[in-house]
Amino acid sequence: MSGGGFSGAAAIAGIGATEFSKDSGRSEWRLACESVLAALEDAQIGVEEVDGFALFTMETNPEIAVARALGIPELKFFSRIPHGGGGACAPVQQAALAVAGGVADVVVVYRAFNERSGHRFGAGPPPFAYSANTDQEYRNWINPYGLLTPAQQEAFLARRYMDKYGATSEDFGRVSVLSREHAARNPKAWFYERPITLADHQNSRMIADPLRLLDCCQESDGGQALVIVSTERARDLPHPPAVITGAAQGVGPQQISMSSYYRPDIDEMPEVELVARQLWSQAGVGPDGIDAAVLYDAFTPMVLLQLEEYGFCGRGEAKDFIAAGGVALDGRLPINTHGGQLGEGYIHGVNGIAEGVRLIRGTSVNQPAKELGNVLVTGGSPVPHSAIVLTADR
Amino acid sequence: MSEAVRTAVPRLIITQDNRFWFDAAREGRLAIQRCTDCGTLRHPPAPACASCRSFSWDSVDSTRRCTLHSYTVLHHPKDDAFDYPLAVGLVDLEEGTRLVADISGVELDELETGMELEVGFAEHAHGEILPRLTLPGGDAA
Repeated sequence: MSGGGFSGAAAIAGIGATEFSKDSGRSEWRLACESVLAALEDAQIGVEEVDGFALFTMETNPEIAVARALGIPELKFFSRIPHGGGGACAPVQQAALAVAGGVADVVVVYRAFNERSGHRFGAGPPPFAYSANTDQEYRNWINPYGLLTPAQQEAFLARRYMDKYGATSEDFGRVSVLSREHAARNPKAWFYERPITLADHQNSRMIADPLRLLDCCQESDGGQALVIVSTERARDLPHPPAVITGAAQGVGPQQISMSSYYRPDIDEMPEVELVARQLWSQAGVGPDGIDAAVLYDAFTPMVLLQLEEYGFCGRGEAKDFIAAGGVALDGRLPINTHGGQLGEGYIHGVNGIAEGVRLIRGTSVNQPAKELGNVLVTGGSPVPHSAIVLTADR
Repeated sequence: MSEAVRTAVPRLIITQDNRFWFDAAREGRLAIQRCTDCGTLRHPPAPACASCRSFSWDSVDSTRRCTLHSYTVLHHPKDDAFDYPLAVGLVDLEEGTRLVADISGVELDELETGMELEVGFAEHAHGEILPRLTLPGGDAA
């Protein structure tokens, strides 16, 4: 391990989730509690030992509510990260920093919501969009013209990318087909045993041209939690540690939430490249050293753009990399082996981190045949970004 | 469009930084914020110039001539403030800044990046007068 600092000092030792559904029938608070208990059970760590939480600002179940419900007596570290799925991997960075810095010993990350049976992100602006503050001011320049949902806001980038590099809707569709193929073998996936064909993708209705229904991730109810402890302690726990060798955040020039439309090239995401640069420095590997990845797939075009920003292929080459099988299970870089948010469920990217842990443990339902030393897990784009590198302790 | 329309479009957030732009739109002018120290144009409005950090600014009126940088046609979900399918464009203004607005009077299969458009003004959700893109010389209303 190189890079110094916190790299390698902490590991994900436990993962736990509720079922992923369209109507959990339970409160979001309960989903949070259930997922936290499941992750602690997986790690074989006592509930009373939890002394930190790192969450999304969008998380509606505060750490104090979960601590109270579960009888966790003392919390010494609690932090929140903004920007929704873009920030998905940053709570893990917070946890790793807290553990490496000696501020806390057992930090839990969770994301729990009824995002399908409650407020659906695809239905319109979220409740907090109606607050008149600087955080929401950017909506002045997009919402009054009809760009109300993430799919609608992302379509400009997809169109520009298609025009620039000759990518087609079928190129986006191949991501969806692969994810559903993986999900079809994952009993935990909503789309278990329900694969699709490229024709299904092409026949799915248009949502925000060029994005079709099957370019869009699901909306899901559920909770996912992760337990982060020191790598030293993780070695004494039941599962092989998923060592956090890289964890980074990034904001790029002239960044605006979901609508950085005023940069020279709107299909480029400098915040993603910034995160990549930090990860490679921290973990001491480059894209060539990454054996598998979980790439945030709220919408299929972002998988192509992220493949390019992380340097797995050149600009405009992702469509050929994917068509040639580069991201298949037996390819150079297997991706989204759980089925992604397109296939497994949408837990705001945190279920993808759990899959990264399973890949390191060797327990994915779609475990690639090759040995996996380093796995990249990314947050969403085009928003402020985050990602982690998980490494096997060998 | 009446105030009775149920829409998910949030109310405009008017501040000392952007009021000039919405005031101009109500008068049928497309304003672009300009740094009075270094002359850099910027949009969307902000309190400071990202080039020289000056807080001094005024605005210039755009010619409203533009070309289509990117676009989308929205089908779902539908909001009562709009008619669907709804074309929305991101344009490069002649002055060099960009702008987002909905597009009216262009056949959907004739939309293509690089095409020439013009910024007009029309009533939007909550009765606000805001930009709408048309073909050059078109009628935004």
